Amino acid sequence: MAVTETEIVQGIGSDYAIKYGFHVAEDYFFKSGRGLNHELIDAISSHKDEPDWMRKFRHKSLDYFLARPLPTWGGNVAEIDFENIYYYIRPTEKQANSWEDLPSDIKDTWDKLGIPEAEKKYLAGVGAQYESEVVYHKLQEELEKQGVIFLDMDSGLREHEDIVKRYFGKVIPQNDNKFAALNSAVWSGGSFIYVPPGVKVEMPLQAYFRINAENMGQFERTLIIVDEGAYVHYVEGCTAPIYTTDSLHSAVVEIIVNKGARCRYTTIQNWSTNVYNLVTKRAVAHEEATMEWVDGNLGSKLTMKYPAIWLLGKGAHGEVLSIAFAGNGQHQDAGGKAVHVAPYTSSVITSKSISKNGGRAGYRGLLEVAKGAHGSRSKVVCDALLLDEDSRSDTYPYISIDESDVDIGHEATVSKIGEEQLFYLMSRGLTEAEASAMVVSGFVEPITKELPLEYAVEMNRLIQLQMEGSVG
Amino acid sequence: MALLELKDLHVALEDGTAIVKGVDLAVDTDQVHAIMGPNGSGKSTLAYALMGHPAYEITEGRILFDGADVTEMGADERAQRGLFLAFQYPHAVPGVTVASFLRSAINAIRKAQAGGQDNPIAVPEFRKSLMAAMDELRVPREMAQRYINDGFSGGEKKRVEILQMAMLQPRIAVLDETDSGLDIDALKIVAQGVQGLVGPDMGAVVITHYQRILNYITPDYVHVFVGGRIVEEGGPELAEKLEAEGYEAFAPVGAGGES
Repeated sequence: MAVTETEIVQGIGSDYAIKYGFHVAEDYFFKSGRGLNHELIDAISSHKDEPDWMRKFRHKSLDYFLARPLPTWGGNVAEIDFENIYYYIRPTEKQANSWEDLPSDIKDTWDKLGIPEAEKKYLAGVGAQYESEVVYHKLQEELEKQGVIFLDMDSGLREHEDIVKRYFGKVIPQNDNKFAALNSAVWSGGSFIYVPPGVKVEMPLQAYFRINAENMGQFERTLIIVDEGAYVHYVEGCTAPIYTTDSLHSAVVEIIVNKGARCRYTTIQNWSTNVYNLVTKRAVAHEEATMEWVDGNLGSKLTMKYPAIWLLGKGAHGEVLSIAFAGNGQHQDAGGKAVHVAPYTSSVITSKSISKNGGRAGYRGLLEVAKGAHGSRSKVVCDALLLDEDSRSDTYPYISIDESDVDIGHEATVSKIGEEQLFYLMSRGLTEAEASAMVVSGFVEPITKELPLEYAVEMNRLIQLQMEGSVG
Repeated sequence: MALLELKDLHVALEDGTAIVKGVDLAVDTDQVHAIMGPNGSGKSTLAYALMGHPAYEITEGRILFDGADVTEMGADERAQRGLFLAFQYPHAVPGVTVASFLRSAINAIRKAQAGGQDNPIAVPEFRKSLMAAMDELRVPREMAQRYINDGFSGGEKKRVEILQMAMLQPRIAVLDETDSGLDIDALKIVAQGVQGLVGPDMGAVVITHYQRILNYITPDYVHVFVGGRIVEEGGPELAEKLEAEGYEAFAPVGAGGES
């Protein structure tokens, strides 16, 4: 055992630091001052040369943000110093569509993260956001010809203002919650996707979000519209350098899945443990549509994120698969929401959380069935795994059913890795860390098996690192 | 010096209760030792302590493996050196298939044997040997993709224990009541599987209450284990005598054999 302990201690921080935790020099086109005010809003909007309605939308959102109190539930957000954050950094003057055109520090960062290589192998399109702006963007020509739009949100607004104006802030109103209001005020970057009727995008589109500067605030904004009978799988990843002071990431993601369409949105969140990750994600699914959130939360200091699906059309189906891993100093307040508005809709929420070394992971979920959503079905399963006595797991399942003709199931379990189970695995030659990692991999297998192979491998590798205590 | 040697081994529970009270045993490859004893005699405690279970404390004596003192080593290091325990009650690991479990275990052992350097087995080679071992032990091939011991019947668990033994190729295998819960056909297959592995590369310690597994695995040595001690030793004929006469004759003076 002593050897394993030593290995664990030696491993702490080393791998994340090398693989993701590095930072490079700041040689930026524009960097705002710290703090948040209406002058900043004007500066951002002017930099982006936005239409007047968007500028007004931002100002109003800032008012909402300032007027709303901080939430007192979930995690502790009271320690965030909003005046110490940089809200807008534009690293380059222009977006590139070739990696070679990026400044060398930024290009090196993407190379280290393996994005250009992944693009070649298995992605249909890539957006790479660095600080506040998407510095690289590309979509396969074949998909462009089929009418698929995959742009950063700012370009989306410039090139497709009519679509953006119609949907922006409609699924998640600007005053939905304090952090949605913040994002609505200072948003920058993110993805804009439109998939025309019947078009199936077979390979995933990926966005990667990278924070480099200290005390950075990243506020990407994503809008995805999947038209009738179409399909898209969007994957996002995110990492940041390790700093001793806090950064803030607060995104808003709005998705519209039209009749008979299907959208899958996969997140592998691996922020360094000084990042507050406060994200609002919501999708609406129309008749016979399917929306799937696959949400992996491994990093960050505090994550508050509950991907939601509003089942608006008859026969719509929604799934949330959520994994949260909380290590030392981390609090993952994750979960999912399903709101059944139409008849014969169905939802499945599966949540798996793992806590170790004093980490805290929770499931916070909402299941709501409105009157008239007869014949609807829902199943909520949340399992927690505690790796030691110092760690914590919480479950907050809110259920509100206003219709009698429904089929609702809810299961929750909390388990611990037992001494007997570890002994069994170690008697086969696995070290204690390997044995624990195996139990954890098995525990999350129902979710990792849903990921494309490359991401499943990545997820398992990240879990392995977490188990060795080397992340954060 | 034998490959595995127990020298005056004493084992206690965490609360201090002494269970194993001085055992000497020497096991080599190409040998089968049967340890036979009644319920509560401390047989399973001996097996766990041999494998390094942290809840069983070795209060006196030593365990030597290949000349090295492994008394203080964890179960992982013992396994990496070639010791194996087939569990009486194997544990489930939901979400981990038999195949991936075995591949991880093999790679962990290979890594240790390569001085800490990764040296993973090639996937085709692994698959081939897994399929061969499964066929040999009549474990249906689809079991490879089931989660290990999760929802397995008692007989399936025991077979998969022996499958693991065949795949991990230990030098000494300890079988803890592998015969319990097996019907006669399964017992035959499992016992023949063990018998087939015993040879110049492997020796076995068969821990059992009953003589019936010994109809298929012929022991070279039989040790009668009562009240935490080996009270009599002999050849295969001793097992038959036990079957006919029971353990009463061996009960230690002044003790019921339970502890």
